[in-house]
Amino acid sequence: MRNIMYAAVGLMMTTATAMAAGTPYHEGSATIIEPTDERNPLAEVVSGIDFRKSMIREMQEDEFSNPGMIVVDYGAEIWEQVDGTAGKSLSDVWESCAGMDAATAAVSYPRYHDGAGKVISLEQQINYCRETAMGAEPYKWEKADMLGMTAFIRYQGNGEAINVSIDGPAAATYERGKELYYQRVGQLDMSCAHCHEDNYGNYIRADMLSQGHINGFPTYRVKWNGVGSTHRRFRGCNGNIRATKLAYGHEDYVALELYLAWRGNGLTVETPAVRQ
Amino acid sequence: MAKIKPRVKVPKSADAGEIVEIKALISHPMHTGRAKDKAGNVIPRKIINSFKVAFNGAEIFSMDLEPAISANPYVAFPFKATEAGTMDFTWVEDGGAEYTVSKKLKVS
Amino acid sequence: MKQHMQMNAISRRQALALMGAAGLVTATGMPAFADAAAMADKIKAITGGAAVGDGASIILDLPEIAENGNAVKVAFEIDSPMTADDHVKAVHVFADGNPTPEVASFSFSSASGACGASTRMRLAKTQNIVVLAAMNDGSFQQAQATVKVTIGGCGG
Repeated sequence: MRNIMYAAVGLMMTTATAMAAGTPYHEGSATIIEPTDERNPLAEVVSGIDFRKSMIREMQEDEFSNPGMIVVDYGAEIWEQVDGTAGKSLSDVWESCAGMDAATAAVSYPRYHDGAGKVISLEQQINYCRETAMGAEPYKWEKADMLGMTAFIRYQGNGEAINVSIDGPAAATYERGKELYYQRVGQLDMSCAHCHEDNYGNYIRADMLSQGHINGFPTYRVKWNGVGSTHRRFRGCNGNIRATKLAYGHEDYVALELYLAWRGNGLTVETPAVRQ
Repeated sequence: MAKIKPRVKVPKSADAGEIVEIKALISHPMHTGRAKDKAGNVIPRKIINSFKVAFNGAEIFSMDLEPAISANPYVAFPFKATEAGTMDFTWVEDGGAEYTVSKKLKVS
Repeated sequence: MKQHMQMNAISRRQALALMGAAGLVTATGMPAFADAAAMADKIKAITGGAAVGDGASIILDLPEIAENGNAVKVAFEIDSPMTADDHVKAVHVFADGNPTPEVASFSFSSASGACGASTRMRLAKTQNIVVLAAMNDGSFQQAQATVKVTIGGCGG
């Protein structure tokens, strides 16, 4: 793939220097928490927002500047809308169907759900409830309805600490997620860990690497001009390292999502976050 | 996004003479007419080209937008509160479609 | 903090390849860019060739480096009493490296109380931003700044 692919192998990462100034992580003003679980390989847990400069941070932190809030507003509207043969809205059925209120759900997914019989993401929980409790058609992943609903539910837990469980019936999914995190894939032969565990806080060319936490999803990305899910971001990462993109909702993406959410346990929900 | 929807912030109340910041955001792709879709076809230009704000019927602020304004256009601007009233926001899209929202402001 | 860094550093090959993927996206269908002369023409059309002040009363708030050119903050404040007799009528924002130089124009009134605004713009590349203020007495003031637009590795 062109000459650059065969260029001399050298150390490409720039350690934090004056160039990095302007991010809370480098200026020492980041919120840094201890991992909540001794199995977490990270020595410090830092939200992605603390690796961004003021322009992006201002956009996220002001709810009237944050364009992701339009999607949350839309979610609030359809949360109350009756849909399906049972004549109910998601707000009518959510607590009994999911087994927890929306604010708790915001910090708990992916999660093992008895009804589904496996670990499912928030998107899958929404569709499970639509199909089984509302008699409604499932939403399509990455479309306005699903993004609105997931953003709205996650927003109910905004500011609350992420607390996903990896034990009991979720253990096997966690193990699979961990395996995927460290697995080298794609033409560039890279794993998630190369960037987000070993090199967070460093630049890859002009881009500052974060720890890759998912506490702000669905996230408004300036690059996307809109809001997207964690699985969309995974597909982007896979594409960047020339690996095969998996389908939205693929069980491996759910496993990776659980593993990532767990690495960020204790971080607060920032949905809708804003990124470059 | 499903619909073109505005989102504005006007403080519920202000002191007489106080200068408050008004914020307005609307969901809109702001198609420049230069980008292509996945099939390679040019997406025709369609932007919000005008934004006007009136207070109790009198225009207090306006903005002409060009394709260089980002998707989901946002603007913040100052307003000096002197009397209670209603602030009307109007966005105009290429082709003439209008999107409006109104907010009340109390002044003490 | 990151003891594995040396061992697992990302190679030049990997980093350049990540860059290449980003570059391909932005390079397709690049239109011709405006330039300083095109921007000067637009400014002259507004001022009618009148002298333009050095903009000492204009405070610009622009990032030095934008992490993505799709939404770059542009904000200004202009020191003015904003009375019926002495106010800023309009403010025009231009960028000299976009396909067309116009970004936005703002109209103010004495009801504004102060003169300022904040919005977000698209910048196709590193370029100069000019903020031109038209006063009610027919005079003009102008301030300028450069914004660097970076091409991201994978986030941007």
